[in-house]
Amino acid sequence: MSGDQAMRSHAGTLPVPEFADAAFVTPPPLAEARVAIVTSAALHTKDHEAFGNTDTSFRSIDRAERDLILGHWSPNFDRNGFAIDLNVVYPIDRLEELAAAGIIGDVAPKHYSFAGNQPDDVATIRLDSGPTAAAEMVADGVDVVLLTPV
Amino acid sequence: MSVLAHVFEAAGLSTVVLASMKDVVEAVAPPRALFCEFPLGRPLGKPLDTDFQTDVLHRAFALLDAESGPALAEHPEVIEATEEPLACAMPARFDPNLPAAVDEARGIRKAYDRSVAKRGTSVGRSFDADGVPDALAVFHQIAEGAHWKNDVSIPGKNTVAAAHDIRTYYEEAALELVEGPPPGGRQAEAWYFDTTEAGKTMLAARKAMADQEAPFGFWFYMAPGHR
Repeated sequence: MSGDQAMRSHAGTLPVPEFADAAFVTPPPLAEARVAIVTSAALHTKDHEAFGNTDTSFRSIDRAERDLILGHWSPNFDRNGFAIDLNVVYPIDRLEELAAAGIIGDVAPKHYSFAGNQPDDVATIRLDSGPTAAAEMVADGVDVVLLTPV
Repeated sequence: MSVLAHVFEAAGLSTVVLASMKDVVEAVAPPRALFCEFPLGRPLGKPLDTDFQTDVLHRAFALLDAESGPALAEHPEVIEATEEPLACAMPARFDPNLPAAVDEARGIRKAYDRSVAKRGTSVGRSFDADGVPDALAVFHQIAEGAHWKNDVSIPGKNTVAAAHDIRTYYEEAALELVEGPPPGGRQAEAWYFDTTEAGKTMLAARKAMADQEAPFGFWFYMAPGHR
């Protein structure tokens, strides 16, 4: 079995949290929407504190920042793609192009990074760090969040 | 990611997930998700392919037109990771008095430095590039029978972080040692673990630590689980 097949099979066996009465927010038209990226690649800058193993906190990344470190602790995924082109994980340049073309309204001033390897109960990102990042994005006038997994 | 989508939506934000695990996204059922069967670690699919990445985003943002959720779509193209090792030009053995992995790590330093100048680096969790040969010397000792805890001192005191730094040093250097189009997902991993002295040393040290009954998390995450 390949590495990706092994990971996908394993992930399918893990317990997942349930969300009763899931919220569903209708966005403004895309051409008017401010878009932010949130990734679970544990991206951070040299100035940030590095992510620890099973880190439940997040880092915010300025829109203009491109010198980023892939801080995810898992050895179970490809990192070379990010080394070649950060957009394959964090498509910030693609968002800028879509904004320049008028397809999206605007690129958010800040984007967010969490660690993908969370404790199984995901309690902290659900109740603490996730809502905190959401509040920051709401304050920044974000309408749409694109989530990219690693 | 799908969990965060629910959290963000509850806070008043609209979300779209680029999902990489179909079973998980179907179970967690975020409001909108595009399942992309691409190599893990490459949620936009293809590095340096602007048109492809933009197309992924168009398909994801199209889900914002859904009137209710969960709205789950699939990207029509499957990209499989390939575990065919990269074909990298490697330096010849230079100092026969050193363990082969240490000699090899020194030999690819210039390639690593060229890569850093172009792309930056994610080496540095426990030590920087200067620390890679010394760390490999320690893992070589473990592979040869030294006890991981009693006989040696692992740089940074964290085997997983040390393994990350060594592997990332190699995989970044590989980008300067290979010709042709961008490597596919896991090709650098396959090259490192299957063909380099460092990768073989780390797998041998990992097995030795398992045999020495080191704590599971200290050795298991030194390499991908299927290895």
